[in-house]
Amino acid sequence: MAYENPEGVMIGLEIHIQLNKLKSKMFCGCSTAYHDAEPNTHTCPVCLGLPGALPVLNKEVVRAAIKVGLALKGEIAEETQFHRKNYFYPDLPRGFQITQYDYPIVSNGKVVIEGEDGEHEVKIWRAHMEDDPGRLVHIGSIAKSKGVMINYNRSGIPLIETVTAPDMRSPKEARRFLDKFRNILEYLGVFDGNLEGAMRMDANVSIRGGTRVEIKNISSHKGVEKALLYEIMRQKNVLRRGGEITQETRHFDEARGVTLSMRTKEEAEDYRYFREPDLVSIHVSHLIPEIKATLPELPDAKRARFLEEYGITDMHAKALTSSILLADFYEGVCKKGAEPKTAATWIADVLLGELNYRNLVLASYDGVSLGCINDKEPELGNSFKADDMVELITLFTEGKISDKAAVEVLRTKLDSEEEKTPLQLVKEKGLFKAEAELVVKAVSEAIAENEIAVQDYLGGAEKSLNFLVGQVMKKTKGTADAKTARELLVKELKS
Amino acid sequence: MAAKWMSVAEVKQQILESSAEELTANYLETINKSKINGYITVSDKALEQAKKIDIEGLKGPLAGVPIAIKDNISVKGLPNSCGSKMLKNYIPPFNAHVIEKLLEAGAVILGKTNMDEFAMGSSTESSYFGPTLNPWDLERVPGGSSGGSAAVVAAGEAPFALGSDTGGSVRCPAAFCGVVGLKPTYGAVSRYGAVAYANSLEQIGPLANNVSDIAVLMDVIAGPDARDSTSAPNAKPEYQAALKADIKGLRIGVPKEYFGEGINPGVEKAVWAAIQRCEELGAFWEEVSMPHTKYALASYYIIAMSEASSNLARFDGTRYGFRAEGETWHSLISKTRAEGFGAEVKRRILLGTYALSAGYHDKYYLKALKVRSLVKQDFEKALGKVDVLMAPTMPNPAFKLGERLEDPLSLYLSDVNTVPINLAGVPSLSLPCGFTAGLPVGLQIIGKPFEEPTLLQTAYTFEQNTDYHNKRPPEVV
Repeated sequence: MAYENPEGVMIGLEIHIQLNKLKSKMFCGCSTAYHDAEPNTHTCPVCLGLPGALPVLNKEVVRAAIKVGLALKGEIAEETQFHRKNYFYPDLPRGFQITQYDYPIVSNGKVVIEGEDGEHEVKIWRAHMEDDPGRLVHIGSIAKSKGVMINYNRSGIPLIETVTAPDMRSPKEARRFLDKFRNILEYLGVFDGNLEGAMRMDANVSIRGGTRVEIKNISSHKGVEKALLYEIMRQKNVLRRGGEITQETRHFDEARGVTLSMRTKEEAEDYRYFREPDLVSIHVSHLIPEIKATLPELPDAKRARFLEEYGITDMHAKALTSSILLADFYEGVCKKGAEPKTAATWIADVLLGELNYRNLVLASYDGVSLGCINDKEPELGNSFKADDMVELITLFTEGKISDKAAVEVLRTKLDSEEEKTPLQLVKEKGLFKAEAELVVKAVSEAIAENEIAVQDYLGGAEKSLNFLVGQVMKKTKGTADAKTARELLVKELKS
Repeated sequence: MAAKWMSVAEVKQQILESSAEELTANYLETINKSKINGYITVSDKALEQAKKIDIEGLKGPLAGVPIAIKDNISVKGLPNSCGSKMLKNYIPPFNAHVIEKLLEAGAVILGKTNMDEFAMGSSTESSYFGPTLNPWDLERVPGGSSGGSAAVVAAGEAPFALGSDTGGSVRCPAAFCGVVGLKPTYGAVSRYGAVAYANSLEQIGPLANNVSDIAVLMDVIAGPDARDSTSAPNAKPEYQAALKADIKGLRIGVPKEYFGEGINPGVEKAVWAAIQRCEELGAFWEEVSMPHTKYALASYYIIAMSEASSNLARFDGTRYGFRAEGETWHSLISKTRAEGFGAEVKRRILLGTYALSAGYHDKYYLKALKVRSLVKQDFEKALGKVDVLMAPTMPNPAFKLGERLEDPLSLYLSDVNTVPINLAGVPSLSLPCGFTAGLPVGLQIIGKPFEEPTLLQTAYTFEQNTDYHNKRPPEVV
């Protein structure tokens, strides 16, 4: 059934992503790996905007932008140019940002998301290249800080800004779009969303009878959803009280979960855009065929292939392709000999669940092990090897351990830094299922030693069987499979 | 012994006879006695640099040859004030591309020359460091904005110099001071390290006492540079190879619009005499029309000021240069800019900001770009028929100090013959071609893109057959 969108919600997004997987900055040779560096050590005359220094475009940025454009099914401009966006801010060393204006490199793309009523298309108006400013650093809170320090390490990091049409009809759709968008970009290998500041979002939203309000600079997908939920509620209340929505820019206070007015349309800045005279036009048509040919498999295609190749359920395929790291890990596990369907269950259902429970996110996959990090305490994330997963699945499918035991091993692996294999852990914890003869022996003993319970059972008291099963488990120190023990008992007692 | 008016060849001869150190010392002595205020900074490293060259042997085409550099071209370790209070104490941590090339060639940097603040002006009077005086008449301006560079060359305080030309800033002072100045084709010389006033218009250019030295300098500084995206990738020509005294068959176009209303009769007479001299030497001339010339000045000022308003935004007192104290960041930046910039710079920033503003952008900036294309077409058409164009560099000789300070518009109007060249990006050379009332007159020779050799050959031929380049200003020491 089609989604009715009762409030007439229209949401558009503007997303900045850092091309943080590229080696050097957008217009100079400084390294992009600034996250752990001392302040102002990743700088040079160009990214500090010293007088006389000139920008030189990093061609890898153009290639990455083309990749993004193709992945978003957009049109790539044959000729593209840079403009200056002029404004004063201490983190902006030249007093202008170099960005694209009327000739963006990408236009008219689209992304299909799981919408309120099934597949839903979100149009991409444009995606363009620009450079990041530096960062203001305060000691303590902004209000209490005695001064402001500026770190220009980030200055000149290449960004791609993507602007969508207002095609999302609920905060949930916006969140889904962001998840999908990030996923696509991570598949392309141009961007690592786990790095601080890697993805920053602005959302604009209107409801029927109102006008567009922009919410600036939200740092997480969850934040976007929350900000939009609040903002829609606020706008509904304004209209219900007979008020009017003001066209304005608002700020999202993440801690309080509310949006606050920043400036109205009248106060909007005039950026005095004009063509950047220090850079020349870029012609890219000759690059497109080669980039197209080397474009990696994207989430939708991978999902379809997983269905086909591994015969897994659509739900599993979707979960497994929700991150390139997870997808690669799954395929790694399958290639190492695990049965694909079982592997899908163990990875998509069990492993992902355990990670979520621990607030761990996937941070890396080097072809051998899956690295997980914890947002707040990164050191808590222990890596989990594809070999471990294969070993665990094999122990389970061969019936050597119970599913409960397998989960226990998995949890121990995630919580401990010790380099132990699942097999070692099974041995240590005595988690092997009991040998069949041991169970048969325990069954005979339990019957022989508990005459009253046997009589009660034969007399019709089904409950007594549970007691006997318990005795078998006790004798096998819990290693017997309870179902097997019950079957053996019944068979023995009825004969 | 004070050094005076030497060609590079003579300088090199003297180094062989004495030493680079002694020669540099001679120049420093001359500078020390100067009355013209041509230098903002005299390098305290010049002697040391010359000494090092003596010890290590004369390597490179300019080994031990001193040069003066306009104070908007970055020399590592020397202040780069741009004639402004804003950058009075700013010392760049890197060399401009042209400085790297000069140092590789063995040149000794004497110091940094005076200029209109941020190259905005045609008289060098807007400098924070006071005006430079014209060596021919100390009551007159040297032209601008590279007034310091032209004046020190004319006064014998440096054999040659580098300037920058955004709308005539090399050619105007060359004409006023009676020296040779070249504005190369846009892209011929890397702008890396030159502080931008209007990026799409400007080029670094040489000033010298004769045409040969211009060629020597071009051979060192021109050529592609990966750090300037607008630098032309094509291999540079051999400029000195063009120094042949022969213009037989050369076709000269004389654009009538460049002899417009208000031109000084003495200037007009000297320029026509020069054209006739060229005819005698075997060239042909014809009148050509460049109908959009009258719009060029307005277009130039809108584009230059617009770009300047953005280029100069970085001077906010946050990272380097002058900083005024302020309670908040807004007051800090406002005060810094209010106190750090002079009146002419502020005027151009404000006008440029206005021209780019929403609602005015199309009316001014966009229209100026359209006019620019038309001006460019004028040049393409005219230079399709002739080899070079000849015209007065400036419509008048050097004017008196302070004469035009109260009326910026009259100052802007004097750029009428130089700015179209920057809009079109073509090369142009100003050459001494006579005198009027004891003041030098400059002949402007304009050519096709990257055909500097044709300009050099034409100018060289004229120079070999005339004596103007040997005329010296009265003793100013």
